[in-house]
Amino acid sequence: MASNKKRRASYVAALAAASALLLSACGGETTADSGAGEATAAAGEFPTTGSGVVNLYNWTDYIDPEELKRFTAETGIEVILDTYDSNETLLAKLQSGATGYDVIVPSDYMVQQMIELNLLQNVGVASFPNGKNIKPDLVDVYWDPGRNYTAPWNYGTTGIACNFAAEPECANIKSWKDYFTAGLPKMDSLKDQVEVVSAALRATGVGKDDLCTTDKAKYLAAEELLAGFKPAVIESDGGIERVTAGTSNVRHAWNGSTHRMTVENPDVQYIYPSEGVNLWADNLAIPVGAPNLDNAKIFINWMMDPEAAGRQSNFSGYDNGITGSDAFMDEALKTDPAVVVPADKQALISPLPNCGEEARELYTQVFTTWTTSQ
Amino acid sequence: MSHTQTSSRKRGKLVNLRNFPGFKPTAWFVLFFLYSPLVYVVIYSFNSSRIGAVWESFSVKWYFRVFENTDIQRALKNSLQVGLVATILSTTLAVMAALGLLRMQRAGKAVAMALIGAPLIIAEIVLAVGTLGLFIAVGVPLGKVGLMVAHTAFCIPFALLPIRARLSQLDMAPFEAASDLGANERQILRRITLPLLAPAIFAGALLAFAISIDDFITSFFVAGPGATTLPVYIFGMIRSTVTPEVNAISTLLLLFSGSVLIGSYLIQRKRR
Amino acid sequence: MTAVTTTPKKQAQRGRPGQSSPKLAYLPIIFLAFAIGVPLLIIVVYSFLEKPSQGTGVKWVFTLENYKALFIQEKLDGTTALDTRYIKVLWTSFYYSLLTTVVTLVLSIPVAMWIATRDARKRNLLVALVTLPFWISILIRTYGMRQIVADEGPIGKFLGIFNIEWSILYSPPATILGLIYVFLPFMILPIYASAERFDFRLAEAAYDLGAKRMTVVRRIILPSIRPGVISGIALVFIPALGSFLQSDMLGGGKTNMVANVIANNFGQARNWPFGSALAVLLIVLTLLFVLIMQGAAQRRGDKVELV
Repeated sequence: MASNKKRRASYVAALAAASALLLSACGGETTADSGAGEATAAAGEFPTTGSGVVNLYNWTDYIDPEELKRFTAETGIEVILDTYDSNETLLAKLQSGATGYDVIVPSDYMVQQMIELNLLQNVGVASFPNGKNIKPDLVDVYWDPGRNYTAPWNYGTTGIACNFAAEPECANIKSWKDYFTAGLPKMDSLKDQVEVVSAALRATGVGKDDLCTTDKAKYLAAEELLAGFKPAVIESDGGIERVTAGTSNVRHAWNGSTHRMTVENPDVQYIYPSEGVNLWADNLAIPVGAPNLDNAKIFINWMMDPEAAGRQSNFSGYDNGITGSDAFMDEALKTDPAVVVPADKQALISPLPNCGEEARELYTQVFTTWTTSQ
Repeated sequence: MSHTQTSSRKRGKLVNLRNFPGFKPTAWFVLFFLYSPLVYVVIYSFNSSRIGAVWESFSVKWYFRVFENTDIQRALKNSLQVGLVATILSTTLAVMAALGLLRMQRAGKAVAMALIGAPLIIAEIVLAVGTLGLFIAVGVPLGKVGLMVAHTAFCIPFALLPIRARLSQLDMAPFEAASDLGANERQILRRITLPLLAPAIFAGALLAFAISIDDFITSFFVAGPGATTLPVYIFGMIRSTVTPEVNAISTLLLLFSGSVLIGSYLIQRKRR
Repeated sequence: MTAVTTTPKKQAQRGRPGQSSPKLAYLPIIFLAFAIGVPLLIIVVYSFLEKPSQGTGVKWVFTLENYKALFIQEKLDGTTALDTRYIKVLWTSFYYSLLTTVVTLVLSIPVAMWIATRDARKRNLLVALVTLPFWISILIRTYGMRQIVADEGPIGKFLGIFNIEWSILYSPPATILGLIYVFLPFMILPIYASAERFDFRLAEAAYDLGAKRMTVVRRIILPSIRPGVISGIALVFIPALGSFLQSDMLGGGKTNMVANVIANNFGQARNWPFGSALAVLLIVLTLLFVLIMQGAAQRRGDKVELV
């Protein structure tokens, strides 16, 4: 237990260290815009109850419906939930003029893009009453130094979920290269260009610090590898259902959803591919134009409560960025090697690439080529 | 000899088209094909197992789940609101178009028919993304109002179909008589045209409502926060993990469609 | 329900029952020009604009790149080459729709004929049974089909008894089956409408006169249900060409039909101008098909009326 905690701590430290690195690499670019929104924090008493609704736009199957009911019961605010399947879909929807969302859940790199595009509000999250609960290592993150725009939510890694009983080949899948070239019948892929293309880049020998390369030759190699990869399903949603039902045996998967699969079926185990895995951190943020700003703040503050954060982790299967939430987390979660990175896998973890425009274009190109030539 | 041959041929002839070889089995196969997925959905909505394909035991718990699910209720409410507004608007506009077009000039009529026919011919995805572009250009926020506008537009041709069909069957006599008796256009419209068209207008409204309630693609693109309609919500559910609950909602919707159809059939029979 | 109805040529009447001032039609026309005409225009305009650097939306700079990109790809190795990806997507959509049309046609003729030759009571019931699916959500019908064809679904279980492997979900056959399933009633009903009007004594007379069974089918039955067949083909082929749900839900989200690729460009891929160019191409192909159908119908002396 103690050692688990230590490992978890070093996991967060890895994330923080990585973000510090990226922060210095990006220079002041990320903070340049932080004055765009208005800091409305600390003006008088922070409300804990309200009325009306809060429009939550979240990843599919990422929050317990019971938790939303509890929130409504305790605060008087009704939650209207809408879902999306990738950071890019979220961005597309916001940019299409969907201005009615109050709380959204972008990942690290997407937060930075959204701040650059003036899509998020600076509400001074760190100064919320529960802002003190943010794990110290997750305060000065590269995408939001000092936590003005965002609150930490769940974080996790993206690896491979494999049903070792149904697919004996699972034992031979040790790397991304193995996964992409396995050619097995019941394989699933995420529909997420950053995850898929970065994994393909890793599989073709690109190092973790070079995932935002603009060297086209490297993307060409990734594209050629992907050309031979024909999974049955390319879909981010519904993976837990498919793997537990046996429709799919090998899946590019997030660690938390793999944990949920393992709980349903212990034959499903998480694989840390040897080329390295992405570490991502999701965040709660308030988009510009949110119609229920106060309710959004109440929601975010409520979710930074250790007990609420613990319950959220129990539902989603991911660790979270709130100090003290451990006490409320299931034992099964705290001992699953998918969730708590084993010591020998620590070195494999590196943050989700946060690429510039040119590399993003190349990612899009490789991903589109792959999905349209299935 | 030749006589018996003729008579056997004759008997063959009588049953010939009614019992053309292969027709009956094909028909039964097609009916089986059309209904087996629906029957499967209904049966498995009573399955207690969380995993769709494994039959565990009989249970109605998924129905309770549906009735307790406030998101479904909200989505249903949105669907009904959008559906009702779109039905009323599209049917009204369809009646106006049907009557006005009868005396319209050729060129104007061609343009009007092209616009009316467009939603039937052009892939819905194209109109959906175009409507998204329109709302952005005009500054209509993505939400229920936009949905109502979009639904009204693509429901018009459907509402128009039965109305135009009925118009073409109407007899000129009552109109000529009314006109001879000095009735003005407005009186003819109110006293003769609309009553004569009533069954067709009802059928058109029903069709428009069914199309609006069923719509997925347009709603998916132009529904904003809080405007999620039932098909969009169910689509999200299907993509995520809650399978048996979807079967339960589907069964309820089947029941709804079936009863609307039977109800409208009974109403129409009573009228005749 | 019926997008294209074929009616025998009718001479124009002077006074029409129910005719009103053309002004009555102005409001619906203005509304449709706004809600249907402008969106289509926007798509055409978008297709000639550039993609902004942040993805979503358009940059107001004229370009033909989007159309070029449909056929020519600037590859990662710096060379440009003929890009077959989108041609393939269009071909796939066309091919699936064609297959759907042919299969539904082959199934529908016997069914429509059989229903038309039942006695009145049974006929009404059968017509109601074929009509009912119209009123049921396509989403739910597709979802039902997904459960039927799933590996662990009833077909899979049945074949499992004989140790026959069944695995078609998330592959093209499942998508095609879904299309056939969803659009089948659109073919049966118009053919039935034609068959119902057919005087079966004609066929019997021909048979009496010694015509062979296939001759009766070819020379008498088929011509008499032709208007229904033409309507049915249009009603199945056109929506199948632009279908989204079947390939999305049964094809494993691999965006292999044109509507899915368009949707993806307005969603995750965030390339509106390119998605618009593809949409324009789809419109052109659909209109081309409509023209061909109209031509075919007119040559035969039927007037094909859209709407």
